[in-house]
Amino acid sequence: MVLVLALGDLHIPHRAPDLPAKFKSMLVPGKIQHIICTGNLCIKEIHDYLKTLCPDLHITRGEYDEETKYPETKTLTIGQFKLGLCHGHQVIPWGDLDSLAMLQRQLDVDILVTGHTHQFTAYKHEGGVVINPGSATGAYSSITYDVNPSFVLMDIDGLRVVVYVYELIDGEVKVDKIDFKKTTTSHSAH
Amino acid sequence: MMLDGTEDEDKFLAAGIAGLQQNSFYMHRALDSNNLRDALKYSAQMLSELRTSKLSPHKYYELYMRAFDQLRKLEMFFEEETRRGCSIIDLYELVQHAGNILPRLYLLCTVGSVYIKSKEAPAKDVLKDLVEMCRGIQHPVRGLFLRSYLSQVSRDKLPDIGSEYEGDADTVADAVEFVIQNFTEMNKLWVRMQHQGPAREKEKREKERSELRDLVGKNLHVLSQIEGVDLDMYKDVVLPRVLEQVVNCKDELAQFYLMDCIIQVFPDEYHLQTLDVLLGAYPQLQASELACFFPFVDIKTILSQLMERLSNYAASSAEVLPEFLQVEAFSKLSNAIGKSYFLIRMLLKRKVYFFTSFSCVFPMIQCLMLLSLCSWIVVIEAQPDMPTVGVVTLYSSLLTFTLHVHPDRLDYADQVLGACVKKLSGKGKIEDNRATKQIVALLSAPLEKYNDIMIALKLSNYPRIMEYLDIPTTKVMATVIIQSIMKNGTRISTSEKVEALFELLKGLIKDSDGIPNNELDEDDFKEEQNSVSRLIQMLYNDDPEEMFKIIDTVRKHILAGGPKRLPFTVPPLVFSSLKLVRQLQGQEENPFGDDASTTPKKIFQLLNQTIETLSGVLAPELALQLYLQCAEAANDCDLEPVAYEFFTQAYILYEEEISDSRAQITAIHLIIGTLQRMHVFGVENRDTLTHKATGYSAKLLKKPDQCRAVYACSHLFWVDDHDNMKDGERVLLCLKRALRIANAAQQMANAARGSTGSVMLFIEILNKYLYFFEKGNLQITVAAIQGLIELIMNEMQSDSTTPDPAADAFLASTMRYIEFQKQKGGTVGEKYEAIKVSHAG
Repeated sequence: MVLVLALGDLHIPHRAPDLPAKFKSMLVPGKIQHIICTGNLCIKEIHDYLKTLCPDLHITRGEYDEETKYPETKTLTIGQFKLGLCHGHQVIPWGDLDSLAMLQRQLDVDILVTGHTHQFTAYKHEGGVVINPGSATGAYSSITYDVNPSFVLMDIDGLRVVVYVYELIDGEVKVDKIDFKKTTTSHSAH
Repeated sequence: MMLDGTEDEDKFLAAGIAGLQQNSFYMHRALDSNNLRDALKYSAQMLSELRTSKLSPHKYYELYMRAFDQLRKLEMFFEEETRRGCSIIDLYELVQHAGNILPRLYLLCTVGSVYIKSKEAPAKDVLKDLVEMCRGIQHPVRGLFLRSYLSQVSRDKLPDIGSEYEGDADTVADAVEFVIQNFTEMNKLWVRMQHQGPAREKEKREKERSELRDLVGKNLHVLSQIEGVDLDMYKDVVLPRVLEQVVNCKDELAQFYLMDCIIQVFPDEYHLQTLDVLLGAYPQLQASELACFFPFVDIKTILSQLMERLSNYAASSAEVLPEFLQVEAFSKLSNAIGKSYFLIRMLLKRKVYFFTSFSCVFPMIQCLMLLSLCSWIVVIEAQPDMPTVGVVTLYSSLLTFTLHVHPDRLDYADQVLGACVKKLSGKGKIEDNRATKQIVALLSAPLEKYNDIMIALKLSNYPRIMEYLDIPTTKVMATVIIQSIMKNGTRISTSEKVEALFELLKGLIKDSDGIPNNELDEDDFKEEQNSVSRLIQMLYNDDPEEMFKIIDTVRKHILAGGPKRLPFTVPPLVFSSLKLVRQLQGQEENPFGDDASTTPKKIFQLLNQTIETLSGVLAPELALQLYLQCAEAANDCDLEPVAYEFFTQAYILYEEEISDSRAQITAIHLIIGTLQRMHVFGVENRDTLTHKATGYSAKLLKKPDQCRAVYACSHLFWVDDHDNMKDGERVLLCLKRALRIANAAQQMANAARGSTGSVMLFIEILNKYLYFFEKGNLQITVAAIQGLIELIMNEMQSDSTTPDPAADAFLASTMRYIEFQKQKGGTVGEKYEAIKVSHAG
């Protein structure tokens, strides 16, 4: 069992002062094995903060990130799953599932995690999953109105992944769960 | 020399102990055989060892303790004697026959203790007799220990209230009188100690003196333990008498120690009720000529300690608060501080007077003292703000005290700050490190107490104190304030408050007096400015009118911040404004209806001007991003001209300012992505903007980037849910153009490296074909898709192609996708059925 934290679009300090205190108290060091962050942190302090939660930190570049060395896309393998990471402002139309699916095919991944829209979504798509963890600070977005702060925790266990979504609604943390099972036969060309 | 001295002392101590043990041995033998006369003889000889003046107080104490143990046994013997019928009065007379005065007085005290117990005479008479007789010893160390012995044996026999020794003739007053008298005498001996011996050993003597101080202080402890000393008695007798001694002894060490002792041993409520008297004594301590300069720091310490104790007392229980209010503790403390510093200042002016009177009074130590006095004056002269640290420390303690006792009286806290400002005035910026640290502590106190910057903003003198801080400390303080706001999630909700807050934070908001801060480390600067940026999020009001005022105020301040700060401060302001726009956008009609009220249009004007400042400061990418954000917000408000203006600004920046190829790619993605979402534009404006965007895309530096940007542009001509924005032909044109660029890219790669790098691009374009095919774009035909697939297959199988696992995987997943769609059935399945997939890959 491996816990992967997926989050992004914090937009600190441009659009939000900090992560919600409730999230901060939930995210404690030592519980999470990997962090994947879609980008737009935007400053080093946040990078350092994430690093304290878990040293295995993967970040792709958002357009507001002060660090320009983050890659545009990144893939990594965790257990039986291949994960792809991209901020998403490069995928036009923004947030469009079919276009994201193309990126998923291009990166050849089981799970694609993107951001940019600040809207939490998780789709099962062609034998894979496309996830947007939303904005961890609930930052303003030109795309999405009334953004609630949210992040995603993936529990990867063998061929199974459980995606937990944590959303802060009116000061209360709400948790949702999505189950996904990978069929070994879905990928022939590996 | 020193070594020899200690060795000698050890020898003397050993000899003393040996003599003492020998005589105590004989004494015991006499005691065992009930031989009173011998017992007295040997005990007197034993006690003679204490007559030595060769031991330091420390060693003397060791000897004394041994004698003390023996005397306890002797006392028990005396008690038995009286029980056996021996007259205590006779005993009292008998011991006075001892030849030497010191042993005689020790024996007298011992018998005296038994005498009081026997109650054959009033306790007060015996005590009075003893305390008077002890005057016979004027050697400081010997006298101190003798009186300490007296204090020790008598402490359980004082005619206290409820004690068995209280009677008609004996009252608490007698007990107090006795202890105070003993205390007075001991203090005199103790003070006198410093004048004995050569001047060069002064330092050593001071050390020895401080070792003995507890013997003196013990008396105060005894006083505090006397049950009968109630508040009245403390106020009327004990405190005045003790203070009289403290003031009159004119000794720095003693004054400091004893004032501290008074504060520590007596209960807080007594202090509270006698604050007048206690504080009245402080100026007197300074006025005493010798002490005027030297206890300067110590007075500060004592006062601070007193305040701290009173603060804690106040904090300990809500019930005591009324007491504080009753005695007006606050105004008294405030006055005392004022007075003591006034005094110091006055004395400083009259320093010549000091020299003279000083040298008259203490000719012996004149040289030594003059030297240090001179150095003091020189130091003070050279640094006129030398006592600042003291001043601020005191006010800081006073403020803590005030905040504890009068949490609801902000005017008191403000008064303290005001007094501090007064003391600081004319001193210019404070450069003393310790003093600035104290000021930070002073200014942090209200924040810590209330956890609310709003309270500090109400203190009119708060910003005035900040005036005295140097630039780095101003920044430290500003950071403390911001942290407090962040920690407590304080929302600053009016423009007046924002104005006041920015006044406090100006060290971070702008360069001070036109001096740019170049020496600051870049990382530190970033951190600082990021904290300001975070802070801007906390300036917020739900009411649009007030929020607009806040934005205007913030804008005014940050625009004064100079080019280095703008990239940090402009974005949060822009997003605060956009949030306001969205809020107004929700309201169908402008509820105010007049020109003066806040409208999205007005905000957009402000935004345009604000973002413009960024393009001048080498942050064109940021400015472009913000323009696009505004354009989209204007789109949502149905303001076509405004949106167009923002797009124009973004395009100008793209053309003129953004030259880095990576930055161009990001900018193009954002331009296309935003434009794709715009629905407010009429055909003409839209055409202009899409045409430009496609043009930019085709002019990127690298062919693959061109190709990708161009196929992304195809989405500008096909927007779901907007049938007027579906132009299949232009979509196809874009994709064909992308194909041409991919071809060109392939040829270039072939020529340059002898390999193809473009299969990936072809597969990407194939996916785009599939995308629009599926969306129902009739311009995208099965034949075209089929042709593209064949092209890719050929490329992959060509000999010149270097294997590319990523391309293989992409193609495989694309083929799988086609299969997947075929199997879906329905209209999509039917569409896909026409596409033939060979499994050569």
